Amino acid sequence: MIELVNISKVYGDRTILQPLTLKIEAQRRFALIGPSGCGKSTLLRIILGLIRPDTGSVALNGVVMTPENSRDLRLGIGYVIQDGGLFPHLTAFGNVALMAHHLGWQGERIRTRVLELAKLVQLPADLLQRFPAEMSGGQRQRVGIMRSLMLDPPLLIFDEPMGALDPLVRFHLQEDLRKIFRTLDKTVLLVTHDMGEAAFLADEIALLKDGRVVQKGSYENLVNSPADPFVSEFLRAQRMDPVSP
Amino acid sequence: MRRFLLVWLLLTVCCWAQDAEKIRIGSKAFPESWVLGEAAVQLARSSGAQVEYTKSLGATEIIYAALKQGSIDVYPEYTGTIRQVFLKQISDATDADALELLARDRLGMSYSLGFTDSYALAVPQRVRGPEALSDLPKYPDLRYVMNQEFMGRQDGWSGLSAKYGLKPKHFSEMQHELCYRAVEANQADIINVYTTDAQIEKLGLRLLRDDQHYFSRYDCVWLYRADLPQRCPKAWAALQQLVGRVSEEQMRRANARMVIDQQSDKQAAEYLLQQCLPARQGEVSPRKSGFDFGLVLKQTGEHLKLVAISLSLAVLVGVPLGILASRSPVTARLTLSTVGLLQTIPSLALLAFMIPITGTGPGPAVVALFVYSILPIVRNTYTGLTTLPGNLSEAAHALGMPPLAQLWRIRLPMASPSILAGIKTSSVINVGTATLAALVGAGGLGQSILQGISLLDNQMIFQGAIPAAMLALLAQAFWDVVEKWIVPRGLRIQAE
Repeated sequence: MIELVNISKVYGDRTILQPLTLKIEAQRRFALIGPSGCGKSTLLRIILGLIRPDTGSVALNGVVMTPENSRDLRLGIGYVIQDGGLFPHLTAFGNVALMAHHLGWQGERIRTRVLELAKLVQLPADLLQRFPAEMSGGQRQRVGIMRSLMLDPPLLIFDEPMGALDPLVRFHLQEDLRKIFRTLDKTVLLVTHDMGEAAFLADEIALLKDGRVVQKGSYENLVNSPADPFVSEFLRAQRMDPVSP
Repeated sequence: MRRFLLVWLLLTVCCWAQDAEKIRIGSKAFPESWVLGEAAVQLARSSGAQVEYTKSLGATEIIYAALKQGSIDVYPEYTGTIRQVFLKQISDATDADALELLARDRLGMSYSLGFTDSYALAVPQRVRGPEALSDLPKYPDLRYVMNQEFMGRQDGWSGLSAKYGLKPKHFSEMQHELCYRAVEANQADIINVYTTDAQIEKLGLRLLRDDQHYFSRYDCVWLYRADLPQRCPKAWAALQQLVGRVSEEQMRRANARMVIDQQSDKQAAEYLLQQCLPARQGEVSPRKSGFDFGLVLKQTGEHLKLVAISLSLAVLVGVPLGILASRSPVTARLTLSTVGLLQTIPSLALLAFMIPITGTGPGPAVVALFVYSILPIVRNTYTGLTTLPGNLSEAAHALGMPPLAQLWRIRLPMASPSILAGIKTSSVINVGTATLAALVGAGGLGQSILQGISLLDNQMIFQGAIPAAMLALLAQAFWDVVEKWIVPRGLRIQAE
């Protein structure tokens, strides 16, 4: 569960986030969507504890984030970025096992867990010894997802996970991701600018503009009763408007 | 009983060892000083003293600092140069003033050995006309080549050109021995020389008369630590034998033995002693000529040792400094500017500055090499750590890994190609700079190079320069192998 209360952020004379309150229920799949510069990346970094908001508070699973506990809280978040964000000097296995090694897991436990995850994301086990530079974009992203799941965190955050993939690879990964989400029952926060992806993967969508939530609800809700002309415009721009030819 | 005998034997050896006088002799970095230094060694040995000889100590600042600090007891010096050292304190210092000022540093100087080795200007036979310095303004087209030391001195070029009204159209500066090469190759028409240089006769140069008495006298003396005559009375008496006995002609011929006949400094010194002290029977030392493999091996070993020690220190200090610099913009500016500043210290100044602290030998050389190797390592470590792609840096944070573990597991491995490139650059610089170690008596391949330049002996230069170049290539190859071993394979794949 993620609770944001009155979060705001200003850089110089640019307001990135207006005071913003948002609650994402446990085990829900939630998408944050909006045009570039709408503040979604900043909001994500605030939830991860990488930057601090000017006002307001973040609570993850009921624990309010402070500078002291932010690193511990991050252990409860699986984070996936564009192109997997893999470290090039480690093999796929090394990337997935990185934090487990650091936390002192036994070798056998690590192996079992990594193989289990490879099966879950449908990555052939023989690819685990390859370096990121030796894998395709889709494979790298699957490894990135494995890494985020390694410690079995209750919360998953995906930041534009399909951004760098070509359409067919994206299609398959989206299919698989939906299955994974259904199997795992985790709280998921997906940041994207692709309405189709948001509609396909998430139960609930919040549309952001100029650091403000314009509308929050299911995809159908956004399509059928847009709260603002911008909502319709955004949907039309993505060719998701059912009335357009 | 046996044990008693053993102890007795040991005690006697110790007493005997203490009884022997121990004298440390030095010489400056040019042939005449080597001949006189070697002559001092032979005289002191024949008096029964134990001799430690440090040949070819850098510039005046370095050897003077070594004498003051106590790394050496005595070396041949020239009165004009001694006055120069004190000119900052008294602008028209006389020999008497010099003696008084030397005493304050607990040093003394002997009477003249008999000859003076002064500055003069010389022209080759093909230049007809000028006989005296005052003739020179009539020949404005002559190509002047002056040595660098002469340019820097207060009794050097600036005073000379003012006194005689010299305004040459063609003018350049060179290292002293190279001035002779320039004349030989018809690239110079007038050069400055020392009056006992052997090359004067070899090249048939004509010395121009100093008709307005500009040049001061450079009498050759022993410059020594004040406690030497008491500590080593026999050896001191032996050195004193040479006082007043060496003529300019004899010195020039002894120099020629080295510079022209390619004899060793030992042989030249024997010749000088036989000429000046006829009663003396010279020891016979074998003539060594041509390629000396043993010497190359020894110098290469010394060179490698200096490089290995200084470079290891530079890595041990430089990498952590680079890490420190990468922590914040403030530490970055502080660290990088400090290290950059160190790099700008002139090497001779650094060596001279180090001698009072570390003495002569490998100490100051290692410190200097360390100082010159550290910048590329710090800078490349810093660059490698701070140019991590933004999204990966964020991914490392977002994993929830503490900073130290991030550094160790992610940042340092990813920066390793850059860090190694810095170390590679440093080691090549280091191998090259280590030739300077010869100036402070630390040995190495620089000995052959500097002596070769002084003796106009190309073979000797190559004997030092070729192994030095090969060492640089070897260092490069060594780091290429280490790179394969240290840099993670994933990064190398990416680079391909």
